[in-house]
Amino acid sequence: MTPHDTHEEPAAAKAAPGGGTPLLEVRNLEVTYARTPGSPAVPAVRGVDLRLEAGQKLGIAGESGCGKSTLALALLRLLPSTAKLSGEILLDGEDIRTMSWGRLRAVRWAGASVVFQGAMHSLNAVHRIGDQIAEPILLHGRATPAAARKRAGELLEQVGLPAARVQAYPHELSGGQRQRVMIAMALACDPRLVIADEPTTALDVMIQAQILRLIEGLVADQDLGLIMISHDLAVLSDTCDRLAVMYAGRVVEEGPAKAVHAHAAHPYGRALSSAFPRIGDLASRRAPRGLPGDPPDPAAVPDGCAFHPRCPVALDVCATQDQVLRVAGPGRRAACVRVGDDEGGAGAGDGAAVAREGAGGAASEGVSETTGSGS
Amino acid sequence: MSGAETGAVRGGGAADRAPDGAAHGARDLGVLAPDGAGDGAPPLLSAEQVKVVFPGRRGDREARAVDGVDLDVRPGEIVALVGESGCGKTTLARSLLGLVTPTSGRVTFDGKPLEYASRALKAYRRRAQLVLQDPSGSLNPRHTVYEAVAEGLRIHGYAGDEQEAVAGALSRAGLRPPERFFLRHPHELSGGQRQRVVIAGALVLEPELIVADEPVASLDASVRGEILALLLRLRDELGLSALIVTHDLGLAWNIADRVAVMYLGRIVETGEVEQVLTAPRHPYTRALLSVLPESETEPVILTGEPPDPSRVPSGCRFHARCPVLASGEAERAGVADACRTRELPVLPGSGPAAVACHWAEAVERAAG
Ligand SMILES: Nc1ncnc2c1ncn2[C@@H]1O[C@H](COP(=O)(O)OP(=O)(O)OP(=O)(O)O)[C@@H](O)[C@H]1O
Ligand SMILES: Nc1ncnc2c1ncn2[C@@H]1O[C@H](COP(=O)(O)OP(=O)(O)OP(=O)(O)O)[C@@H](O)[C@H]1O
Ligand code: SF4
Ligand code: SF4
Ligand SMILES: [Mg+2]
Ligand SMILES: [Mg+2]
Repeated sequence: MTPHDTHEEPAAAKAAPGGGTPLLEVRNLEVTYARTPGSPAVPAVRGVDLRLEAGQKLGIAGESGCGKSTLALALLRLLPSTAKLSGEILLDGEDIRTMSWGRLRAVRWAGASVVFQGAMHSLNAVHRIGDQIAEPILLHGRATPAAARKRAGELLEQVGLPAARVQAYPHELSGGQRQRVMIAMALACDPRLVIADEPTTALDVMIQAQILRLIEGLVADQDLGLIMISHDLAVLSDTCDRLAVMYAGRVVEEGPAKAVHAHAAHPYGRALSSAFPRIGDLASRRAPRGLPGDPPDPAAVPDGCAFHPRCPVALDVCATQDQVLRVAGPGRRAACVRVGDDEGGAGAGDGAAVAREGAGGAASEGVSETTGSGS
Repeated sequence: MSGAETGAVRGGGAADRAPDGAAHGARDLGVLAPDGAGDGAPPLLSAEQVKVVFPGRRGDREARAVDGVDLDVRPGEIVALVGESGCGKTTLARSLLGLVTPTSGRVTFDGKPLEYASRALKAYRRRAQLVLQDPSGSLNPRHTVYEAVAEGLRIHGYAGDEQEAVAGALSRAGLRPPERFFLRHPHELSGGQRQRVVIAGALVLEPELIVADEPVASLDASVRGEILALLLRLRDELGLSALIVTHDLGLAWNIADRVAVMYLGRIVETGEVEQVLTAPRHPYTRALLSVLPESETEPVILTGEPPDPSRVPSGCRFHARCPVLASGEAERAGVADACRTRELPVLPGSGPAAVACHWAEAVERAAG
């Protein structure tokens, strides 16, 4: 994934493996929900660049309201009509934003499909799950009803449920089983890209582990591209190759998943990753860490760096100077004035910023740095 | 493995005694906890052999949601109750607050058994409060923050200065200055602020204990830490005791003194957080820890669905899913038969770390 943005960076070329047409390339995507009588216009996504190769897993993290789901829906033009979309969304080089409705319908299941946030609660209660899985297959006119039903059974087996469960109604399944059905549905037309929006949120740790293992296996077997959205940086860093951290409608940090989680270069990324304690790390024992303040209201994003009102290491310029992504180490970028002023890369920038954060933050950062590094 | 370490063996005492069923002696050992919260003090809240059985609907079998639990919360102590979905955490928590009457066993508070007459329960609610997570609808969308927090005072006919009490509770919950929040409605607050209002509502009656059911499950990571820090501060400053129900082991590491791991209606491992979470002895606890993203051990993903309390297996209730039994390790330790047929005793509600597992017990005994 390489953001191609207004500021040409040498790292852009470096981070793009292969160099051919990527599976997905998003350029300067913006989504604004129009003003309605009760509420002002909401610029929910404010210029996002993404790049994803087949077989690659990209995680998108960020707190509630930062625009993750809006971004996911935009990729397949599934937004409500009140949303205004601009930028380029190239799936195998073809621009989704400008394609005809007919073409879009074809792309929607077979090119890319979405496992929607909370969708496991939205299965139709009165239809057997087998019929619900067969529906997109029939819609694409690629199979007879009997063949579609057979395929539904195969898909269930692929996601670890007995084929006989095609007969079940949603209420007969547990939350984890329903989430497996949603994944089976997303796979129904052999898409090349799967977008999973919070696929494991609200599931307990063991079921979450089952689902993540399933998704990883499917991606590896079928050479799918995967975009996984979650607020749980720890889960994303464990599952994905690359990670993009969003704040207030923008990507503020991106890079190799493990590196971003272990040593975030952006102060927001750091706050987010230290919010997930490592069991056994004494620095987080009896020391939960969060981030004071509230996420910004997307209808009134602060001037300058959008994170400045909550940033523990903000400078005076942060209140006025907008920040764009800049190089923050090999294959990494972050949108922070403190990043990249020397070519020491993320590490050096990191240390310097941490030192100013005060004892509490610094101590724990130190621990996670020592345990996490060694590569 | 970890079970052979000195700390764990000492803690293993309770398990060694387990087969003869006289595990209660463990309470008298008075082993010191490193942080000393409420140590040695008699428990404030105590479950004794509590069972909650729900009758089966339409010919279904009855569900043994809580199936024999001892659990203590001492003054000023934070205890985390963890376990997978459906294992009985919420049912146990509700029985501790008198919201569900145990089918057998009893709950005591401050040394006295709970009384279930409505007056007695009302008096109890002043001292022990339930904190639910907000999205489950604990805030009325039409009520202002002030009304939401004052509600408890009104129910209990509070005689003091209501406004002062509400303001005090809001500031203790971190909503400052409190007056700024009085007239707001839930939709005008962020998720973290709403959860603080719920906590303020619980604090306003100055309870000695709170039971929080998944207090941060729906909150953003960044906000989660702030709410947990608040709970920790309330303990340090007001001596508040807490039982925190969660399936998040990281939360236990963040704020709890002790942890009790529940599986299918029973506590299967309990002890100091450091000990249980860094040197787990029960195969179930080990599996739970192994699947966390940051875990360095090979993930042990238990297959199958969360267990069904209307079909509690014989012997060890975990045996059908137990990786130690499946791999033959239990056989090699000579306990495979026991795993399948011999029930394990109820673990003590406090005291040194304890585990309900034939294998852990045999291995630790062999290690000396
Ligand atoms: N249909 C809509 N009309 C108007 N505003 C919307 C609409 N959908 C989302 N928004 C707003 O756009 C912003 C981004 O929302 P989005 O759902 O993309 O966030 P998210 O990052 O997915 O959050 P979460 O983690 O809570 O799912 C929010 O402020 C939200 O209130
Ligand atoms: N009122 C009831 N009648 C019948 N069965 C019930 C009732 N309440 C709970 N149960 C069953 O008892 C078991 C324990 O439920 P409980 O809600 O205590 O679990 P939990 O550990 O809190 O789960 P979760 O993590 O999903 O909240 C479940 O199998 C549930 O289906
Ligand atoms: S640009 Fe300034 S306010 Fe923004 S994250 Fe960096 S230091 Fe903080
Ligand atoms: S008693 Fe046996 S079956 Fe139960 S957890 Fe221990 S080893 Fe596994
Ligand atoms: Mg979302
Ligand atoms: Mg529950």
